[in-house]
Formats: sequence, C-alpha cells, structure tokens
Amino acid sequence: MKYNIVDGVKYTRKHEWARREGDTAVVGLSDYAQDKLGEIVFVELPDIGAEIEAGKGSAVIESVKAVADLYAPVDGTVVEVNEELLDQPELINSDPYGDGWVYKVEVKDESQLDALMDKPAYEKFVVEEDEK
Amino acid sequence: MRKSKALLFEMSRPGRQGYSLPSLDVPEKPLDELLPKKAQRNEPLGLPELSENEIIRHYTELSTRNFGVDTGFYPLGSCTMKYNPKVNEDVAVLPGFAFMHPCQPLETVQGALELLYNMEQGLKELTAMDRFTLQPAAGAHGELTGLMVIQAYHRHRGDHKRNKVLIPLSAHGTNPATVSMAGYEVVQIPSDDRGLVDLEALKEAVDETTAALMLTNPSTLGLFEEEIIPMAKAVHEAGGLLYYDGANLNAIMGYARPGDMGFDVVHLNIHKTFSTPHGGGGPGGGPVGVKERLIPFLPVPLVDKKKNQYYLDYDLPESIGKVHSFYGNFGVAVKAYTYMCMMGAEGLKQASTDAVINANYLMSLLKKTYLLPYDRICKHEFVLSARPQMKKGAGAGDIAKALLDRGFHPPTVYFPLIVEEALMVEPTDTEAKETLDAFAEVMGQIAKDIDQDAEKVAHGPYNTVVGRLDEVRAARNPVMRWEKKVD
Repeated sequence: MKYNIVDGVKYTRKHEWARREGDTAVVGLSDYAQDKLGEIVFVELPDIGAEIEAGKGSAVIESVKAVADLYAPVDGTVVEVNEELLDQPELINSDPYGDGWVYKVEVKDESQLDALMDKPAYEKFVVEEDEK
Repeated sequence: MRKSKALLFEMSRPGRQGYSLPSLDVPEKPLDELLPKKAQRNEPLGLPELSENEIIRHYTELSTRNFGVDTGFYPLGSCTMKYNPKVNEDVAVLPGFAFMHPCQPLETVQGALELLYNMEQGLKELTAMDRFTLQPAAGAHGELTGLMVIQAYHRHRGDHKRNKVLIPLSAHGTNPATVSMAGYEVVQIPSDDRGLVDLEALKEAVDETTAALMLTNPSTLGLFEEEIIPMAKAVHEAGGLLYYDGANLNAIMGYARPGDMGFDVVHLNIHKTFSTPHGGGGPGGGPVGVKERLIPFLPVPLVDKKKNQYYLDYDLPESIGKVHSFYGNFGVAVKAYTYMCMMGAEGLKQASTDAVINANYLMSLLKKTYLLPYDRICKHEFVLSARPQMKKGAGAGDIAKALLDRGFHPPTVYFPLIVEEALMVEPTDTEAKETLDAFAEVMGQIAKDIDQDAEKVAHGPYNTVVGRLDEVRAARNPVMRWEKKVD
C-alpha cells in the first residue's frame, strides 16, 4: 500500500478520519487525501462552538493544486481547533494523523462514528478509488 | 538578449538622470513659504535613478516576456483564449465611440444606443431569450446579476422558502462562489459515469426549496448535457428556474439555443464567444438575458426605441437596480458587436463548427498518449488525465512547465476537479491544423520524456527566463513589493 492507513481511526468516503477521544472525536485528513491534494498552503478552521453537520463542509484546505472542503464526518459541536495549522499548514502533509489534526468535535450521535469505515474497509476503498 | 531579473530600484545609481528639468520660469520661493512643515517630506522620495535608455530597455525586455494569443497557441480550457480580430479594435477607437461621454444628451448618442440595441437583438436571437442587460462587467458578475434576478422573481411571488441552488459537480468554480455571494446554499449534484449530470440524483434533489439549477452546457468536460430537457422539466415542476452559464456557448452557437432547452436566465462571456479581449482584471462583458417573466427584475436602464428614437428606459419598478456605473463597459460591447456583424449568422455558426472540429481533431491525436477518461465526441474542449504519467513521477503541473519550455502556453491544469491530474484543452476555432499537429507532437514528446526520465521533467522548465518557481513558498510567504534594504 502506497498510503499510510492507520488503525484506531474511522474513515469517510471523502477521505477524512475521526478518532474517538471520550465524548469527542478528533478529525483530520487521511494520508491519501493529503497526497492527492499536494502541498497544503492554507487552512481555514471552523469557529469553536460551530455546529457542524455530517457530510457538509466544515473546514477549507487549500493546496497548490486545489481548494477542497473538509467534510464533517459526524454531527456535533466544534470544541477545539488546531491553531498550529494557521502557521504550519504543511503539518497535514507531514503528519496527517498526528500533528496535522484539524479540529475536535463533541459527538452528538455515536452511531455516526461507528458507521464509518475501519482500516481494512478504507484500504479496500482507496485501492478501488486509485484504480478507477 | 538581455535577460536581467533586476528591478529598476536595484539598477538605480545615485545621481544618474534620464531627464533634465528646465529652470523655473516663475520666481522661486522657499519651501517653507509654500508648504507647512508637517506636509513636507523628511527624506528623499527614493525614486530609482536611471538613464532613459536603461528604462526603455527594461520595459521593452519585460514586454517580450508576455505570452498571448497574438504570440502563440494558447489552449487554456474553460478560459477560452480566442483570437481577437484587429478590426474590433479599429471600430472601438472610432472617435464617435472612443470620445463619447456617458452623460451626453441622448439625441447626440443615438448611434451608440443603436449599437447596444442591435447587439441585444443579436444576443436574443442566438440564445432564444426575451431581453438582455449589457451592464455586467464579466461572466461572474453576470452570474451574480442573474441570481439576483431569480431571487427578486421568487420574492416578488411571495415565495420565501427557496434558499438552495443546485450545481453539478462539473461546474465552473465561479458558480458555487456566486451562489454563496447571493446568499443561497449550494447543493451539489453528482455526475454519472458518462461525465454528465446524474438525472436521477437531480430529480431527488429538487424540491420546494430549490431556487434554481445552474448549469453549463456543454459542461466543463466539453460534453453536451443530452438530458437537458428532462432536467429542465424536473426543475420547473418543482417551481425552480434554470440558469445557463454561457461560458461554453461558443461550442453550440448557431446550432442550439439555451432558451429552447428550457433555460430562464443566461449569461454570456463575450470574451469567450464574441472575441473581445480576455479581461484579466480589465474591462470585460457579461450580458445577462432572461425570459419574459423575469424582464421586470432586470437592472436599469434598458435601451429601447420609440418612434425611431433610442432611449434609456428606467421605468422598471421591480428592477434589482444598477449593477454597473452607466451602461456597462461600452467599448467591449462595440468589439463584440463588430465581431457579430463581421461574422454574420452563418459565420457565427461556422465558428462553433470549427471550435468543435478542432477540439475533436486534437483530442483524437492526444488520446494516443494521454488518458481520456470520458472518451466521447466532445464539443469545444476536452479533459485529459495525466494520471499514468503521474504514477511515473511527473504530473499535469510538470507537463504544463514542459510545454512552456517548448514555446506553448499550457492548457488548464487540475481543473475540473472530477478528473484527477486534469489537463483541460481548448484549441478554439481559429487555429490551423499545423498548429494543432505541432502541439500534439510536443505533447507526445513530453510523454516520452516522462517515460525515460520523469525526474528531469518534474524539475523543469529549463529554457524559460526563470526556472521552476517555489509555488508553496510563494503561497505561504508571498513578497508582494520591493522594500529598501536598511543599511
């Protein structure tokens, strides 16, 4: 596998990941997504307290190639954002599952998180996407 | 040739002069008597000091770095860098047009009003619309005007629940931006595997909150939306309107008309279809046409005729108001109208034919070396994918740089987003077969270079004034102006 797909997080079909942390979930972009976008030059973060809706745009990621929405993986309220990204958007490229996290959301409905893809399912999905 | 990258400020030498000021022919007075202390400069202005020929060489050399459709092939898909016939310029600088004042009494500018009136008649005929405003200054401005007209129409009917505009995934980037700007919510409609709007998904998405569907036809993939009639029916039955983004009218002009397909509002980019210069921030034109029921909401004034006299009609109580000072960019309208007259009805149709034939010819040559994800007869443009090349180590952006090295302007890259490593090619109607052959040959050569040494291609260009620019650093850390170094 060309892309780093880690265990312990859930993935969306739009290539976001979400990791459970108590009542909240940390959200970021998968390695596949950062690779396709190329070098990221700007990130627009949501406001703390913002209500986000699964499948709707929740942050904006701009690379040298394109501007993309980061679609919220679940419904909820944003409780924390990664302000490091404002000065160092490249953290998403270098460490997508770690220092490149984007925001933390208070999860409304746990079942939305459970319904996302796990590592094996996402691996299969990425292979299909890549061969399309 | 001198290829200096030095700025005028860096070339400056203390005391060097390009001009000698004559001695004063009025009595000289001390500065303090003329200006209060606080209005006086404490240090010199710091203008560069150069001789006249240094300045002339500097700017002349810079001008040779321009690349335009007058210097070479410019196949920028979606942006349509169509050749601008020089007769357009001749007409636009006729003293009667060029030196006219927008506040002149109407009886002294009958010819100018007649031109606007006639241009509107021509646009109506080409699009099957009932009225046009020529005010909007460009395509995106036209989009906003069109959506404001749609908004005014719904509100006038007391229908306040329509807060969504449907946009296909393959739309121009300006469409969602316009929708947000107009205060609507964007609903994206996916494409099917033919690259066309997914009709079933559209039918599911329309409801009583749908204000409009915005559509480009042919789409940004250069494909004609064949199901436009059932699409229009679905939107109209739900009470929504159809907005035509006329960016690609140059592919169907004279063959098919948006009004006949069911569209209620259209904007045209006259630099694309009617050969006026591409705005690039300068004056452009984005006329907006509407069907009968939307006329009351158009911007004021409209140009009308009564007893053989042309006049400006401000009597539209439901109008959204003005969207441009005076009557829009008049000079651009002159150029577009000149083009329409020079071409004539048959000529305009021929321009569409040639644009489509050129695109299909070039597509047939290029699909031998590049991936063509939607392999169908195209209209005026087509989208290749450099995905196989990317896997070898050089993608669409690198191919673009390699083209610069060989004297061609690259096609649009990384757009539309539904094609990975997209190369969007639009040859336009005026290019000769030899030019298309030469471009295809160079594209083939670049593909071979990538097979042999992708790494080398990924670091180009090598023959341009500047080599590979650091786009990441430019975006993260832009230096927008020269600053004097403090010793």
